[in-house]
Amino acid sequence: MATKSQLRVNPLAIISTALVGLWLLIAAFPFIWTLWGSFKVQGDFFSKADWQNALYGVHTVKETGSAFTGSAYYGAWVQEEYYHAAINTGIVVFFTVIISLTIGTLGGYALARSGKRYAFWILMAALVFRAMPHITLVSGYLLPFFEWNIWGILPTTIIVLVAINQPFTLWMLHSFFLNVPREMDESAMVDGCTRFQAFRYVIIPVMWPGVITTGLFSFLLAYNDFAVTSMLLSEQNETMIPKIASFLGTTQIEGNVMFAVAAVVSATVPLFMLVLFFQRQIVSGLTTGAVKG
Amino acid sequence: MQHRVFFWFTLPTLTAMVLFIALPIVSVFVQSLHIDHERVIVISESCGPFGCTQTTSVDTEANKKLREEKPLGRYNGLATYTNRSHLAFKEIGIAWSSTKNWSQFFSKALNLPFYKALAFTLTYTLVVTPFVLVLGLAIAVGVNNLSNRIKGPTIFVSLLPMMVTPLVGSLILFWMVDGDGIIGATLQLLFDDSSLSLKASPTLTWMMLIVYGIWHILPFSFIVFYAGLQTVPSETLEAAMIDGASKWQRVIYVIVPHLMPLVVFVTLILLMDNFRVFEPIVGFSAEAHAQSLSWIIFKDLRESANPLYGSAGATSMMTIIGVAILLTPVLIRTKRDFKQRSV
Repeated sequence: MATKSQLRVNPLAIISTALVGLWLLIAAFPFIWTLWGSFKVQGDFFSKADWQNALYGVHTVKETGSAFTGSAYYGAWVQEEYYHAAINTGIVVFFTVIISLTIGTLGGYALARSGKRYAFWILMAALVFRAMPHITLVSGYLLPFFEWNIWGILPTTIIVLVAINQPFTLWMLHSFFLNVPREMDESAMVDGCTRFQAFRYVIIPVMWPGVITTGLFSFLLAYNDFAVTSMLLSEQNETMIPKIASFLGTTQIEGNVMFAVAAVVSATVPLFMLVLFFQRQIVSGLTTGAVKG
Repeated sequence: MQHRVFFWFTLPTLTAMVLFIALPIVSVFVQSLHIDHERVIVISESCGPFGCTQTTSVDTEANKKLREEKPLGRYNGLATYTNRSHLAFKEIGIAWSSTKNWSQFFSKALNLPFYKALAFTLTYTLVVTPFVLVLGLAIAVGVNNLSNRIKGPTIFVSLLPMMVTPLVGSLILFWMVDGDGIIGATLQLLFDDSSLSLKASPTLTWMMLIVYGIWHILPFSFIVFYAGLQTVPSETLEAAMIDGASKWQRVIYVIVPHLMPLVVFVTLILLMDNFRVFEPIVGFSAEAHAQSLSWIIFKDLRESANPLYGSAGATSMMTIIGVAILLTPVLIRTKRDFKQRSV
């Protein structure tokens, strides 16, 4: 039953809908604009004379004969060997997520089931570690890594990213396992399982929703990292994000800034897909800990 | 759970955290107490037909050897903390005694690198956080009133600015506000000033970074508040409506109090995350006018050929202290929650 006040057009409702509309425009437009512009030449995407050049591709038509060109992508992926960085990112992200989840699941499960004082203090320490700016940690790594000769290689970076990931992973999986009824593994142990067997046969089959959500955030952290990867990887082992930053250093020549634009669009596509397919998990992950207290 | 079992379950994760988070903090502290070796100078005398001349030169060979033997450098105590590029006690003292009023003093103090970075970091944190809280709540209320069919796509689009890599996000915006980009060129046209550049003035640079910061982190507060709105009890809302509360009054007196715990949570997370601001300065190449604490550490470590580990270490330690201060309320709150849960 709609009351009169609900039917009346409410100025507040109009304002709030308009605000949402404006926000959507601000949120989406930069991505659409950059995606569109990445298929143009520099003279169009960075057009001082008329921004509409970027829409119709006046210079692009003049230079390449068609309104769209893949030359920026060709330059970045083939000429500048961006695929190399993409492969490195793949390796780093894959192993970071796998290792991080494996050791994080064990730790998070134990923390959720322990209930002892030291478990609480470990969680508090993890909270402090989570707040550390990554660059401050990096400044502690460099000297020892140079000394031991393990600077610049992918395994070092993977281990460091796993460690930086742990506090967050532990907290998320800890709160996930708190919601898995204690009786499940306890009854398995009454039936004669050891703690590890109970974990293996009872907990592992039911833990996947929590693990997938946590894995998404591990993925994002490893994929989006700039501070660690830019400082700890040598040039030939660079991943995508530091590679983009290095494009900027060398792209003073006409046309080359478009390589960076193409690289940026390429690096955004996987994230776009991730949000598209896992929106529900990402939202639930962002709100755990917040809504439940 | 038995102690022994607990130990084996948590061993890998604890090892990783101790080795790569706890020990590096110690290592940063040790580094901050050391400074690079003094140059080994050799004086050589060369005698020619017109008498002897003495030349001094740096003995690179000996220098290299010294550095290999003691990579940390020589012990310097707390001197790095108090030197010109950090707390700058001496310069602050001079500025204090030589200036007459506060504004003169501040303008002098804010020319010192550490205070400059601290000023930007704090301004960024304290401006972005309230904006994000208010706008996030407003958008969450707006989205909550939309019809169910468009809620999903709306949330999808809203998530993008946060999910995108910070460096990539700042570059995308930077290209748009560039002098030749769509927003930059339009602004030049509007103000009829072809030299107008957001990068040229400190104020505009700061505003640009703050706008980016809001754009980037707004989705977080929006999502948390939106999830909170789903849990507002409908009975209370109906009761307020029966009592004649307008829509606005319902937001202020029912919804906001219900979301208050979330507001505290979001504020704390935002303060911590914004305090680390780093990538946008690289993305916007804004270092000429805006430097953050994280950025000056990065710069010290990037110092070509000869990274300033001591200097980076000292800044890192002070940043960690800053984070610890911001973190205290979070820790107190978490501790209270745990006590409540165990009761």
